[in-house]
Amino acid sequence: MMQSKDLYEAILNGNAKKALTATEAALAAGVAPMDLIQETMVPAMDEVGRLFESEEYFVPELLLAGRAMKGALGILKPLLTASGQKMAVRVIIGTVKGDLHDIGKNIVASMLEGSGFEVIDLGTDVSPESFVAAVEERKPHIVCMSALLTVTMPAMRLTIDALKAAGLRTQVKVLIGGAPVTMQYAQEIGADGYSENANAAVGLVKSLLASAA
Amino acid sequence: MTIADTIQRSTTLAIPTEDQLIYGVCPHPLSCGLGLTIGAGTVFPEVNFTLPPISILESTWPEVKAHYEEMAAQILRRAVALAVPGIVLEFELLPAMTEQPEWGAEITSILKRHLVACHEKHGLPCALRVTPTDIRDQLKPPLMRTGEPTQRLFDSLELCAQAGADILSIESVGGKEVHDPALMYGDFSGIVFALGVLAPRDTAWLWSRIVSICAANKGVIPGADSACGFANTAMQLAHQKMLPEVLAAVVRAMSAVRSLAAFEQGALGPSKDCAYEGPVMKAITGMPISMEGKSASCAHFSPLGNIAAAMCDLWSNESVQNVRLLSGNAPEVFTELLAYDCRLMNAAASHGGALDLRDWMTASDEWLSPQAAVLSPAATLRIAKAIVAEDTPYRQTIAAGRAAYDLLKEGVEAEKLHLSRKEQQWFARIEASLDELPAEEAVLVDSLEEQYGGLYDKPSYGM
Repeated sequence: MMQSKDLYEAILNGNAKKALTATEAALAAGVAPMDLIQETMVPAMDEVGRLFESEEYFVPELLLAGRAMKGALGILKPLLTASGQKMAVRVIIGTVKGDLHDIGKNIVASMLEGSGFEVIDLGTDVSPESFVAAVEERKPHIVCMSALLTVTMPAMRLTIDALKAAGLRTQVKVLIGGAPVTMQYAQEIGADGYSENANAAVGLVKSLLASAA
Repeated sequence: MTIADTIQRSTTLAIPTEDQLIYGVCPHPLSCGLGLTIGAGTVFPEVNFTLPPISILESTWPEVKAHYEEMAAQILRRAVALAVPGIVLEFELLPAMTEQPEWGAEITSILKRHLVACHEKHGLPCALRVTPTDIRDQLKPPLMRTGEPTQRLFDSLELCAQAGADILSIESVGGKEVHDPALMYGDFSGIVFALGVLAPRDTAWLWSRIVSICAANKGVIPGADSACGFANTAMQLAHQKMLPEVLAAVVRAMSAVRSLAAFEQGALGPSKDCAYEGPVMKAITGMPISMEGKSASCAHFSPLGNIAAAMCDLWSNESVQNVRLLSGNAPEVFTELLAYDCRLMNAAASHGGALDLRDWMTASDEWLSPQAAVLSPAATLRIAKAIVAEDTPYRQTIAAGRAAYDLLKEGVEAEKLHLSRKEQQWFARIEASLDELPAEEAVLVDSLEEQYGGLYDKPSYGM
């Protein structure tokens, strides 16, 4: 059952201020934080994703909705932590070594954040060693890698090999994307998935997590 | 006083009428390289090529060099077979080749050796354009005027000039650290701030130095820049239905101001092939431009396949990997495509039909996308006139955006340009955003400080 129509619509319209006031109002009315997330915010973001898929929304609408969702989550997270509840699936994302392109990676990161994932963005030109160190330290569920150049694609394989060598490969799912990348390439280098666009990347993360559960 | 304050602004159009704004000719033809003159009546192919998937490492360096040896030999073989009247090779350095300036210089010397040999053997007029990667944006916020990456970029430009580059270019990225998020969130004021305040300051600063490097290396031409990281990013995202087409088209027009700043510092052209804002620069400066369209589909989509050629002086394929196709390797194959494109344009011109061909190329694309609608000769002149009528890059950027908006609106009202309901909603938002922009740059800068102030380094922009 939807807990807050105001919050639902605020997220749908990408109105961060209204999302905050609606969240506070819902909490004041006694709605449990996790119920608010699962029964209002997640359905709102699902609807945003559907509108994007059907070309009713462009990326700006999608990201503004994500920003509104993130703001509301900022109020709820401390309450969840205090009550011992967990919600975050952690994702590490970066553009691989030698590649400075980042707008596609940034869109994926923002959309994942908007969908409620905890995203650690390592930036661009990220070496295999840096990916490994981040996985060791932050213990993510998912690693996303991006490349826009044919000459930097091999760094994706090197990163996966480095994760294997460090004994970390089985602890994470690895997704790759970027203009020259293909599903075939993902399979060749031993990635768990490939996404052609940012929205599909969010769906892929969700499906991989569901299959691993 | 900042660099931006000292720029010699363009106040008039070098090409004031549509009939003079035509492919192959410009008021200031450019002689460069080995007997090549660009913009004097003939369109030449500019072939751009890159590596197939391969890591660029010391261990793979011999293989990397072999690829470039092969590509240069095969491109020139096909060019000679087709009797092209002249050719430009463009070497776009990959990031690793700019990070290690000696690598970029080594490839430059290889390519120049092939061009010299071909010129001596076949008399082919030719030139080598070399474009290091703008690697300055590695930190957050990026340091655009200091630090190791900036030094390596200048080392790369210098060494490539010494190694045989005839034309130096760059696709500079100053302001992109603000433009990217503003674009993603559809924040028009942030886009204008990036394109009209930050980017022109950086382009001016960078090009004053590139012009100096060229002056110190006899015969090396300071080419020009491209808003690739800004307007082409928007165009590609629009193609993928991630951004509105109308927003991307307005961004294109506004991006001309930051690219123009290179010419105002002494760049001589030709502008970069991926600078679809090139015709505006040609109209204002009278310098030659390179363009890419249908024969660049190996690299990316564009809705500008024919119209992009209407005012070009060089005709490019953007980039193609060295992979095998049935008739040869892809760079050689795309040399042939460009050669025939240029033959048709040059034959039409020699028969007095250049204006007709230009108008057919324009008409075939013009109203099928907002991006094409702002690229016709008429639209180019409207945008160029709007730019030179203003006195600061900020006001010029707004004026260019307003001109593009008006052009699109007229197209919609005349039922030539058809927009979806969602595109129309964004069209209205753009109009409102243009109306809301403050007249003074400082007011905009202050109003965006909280939102974007942490994303850019003020000293990098003389602020």
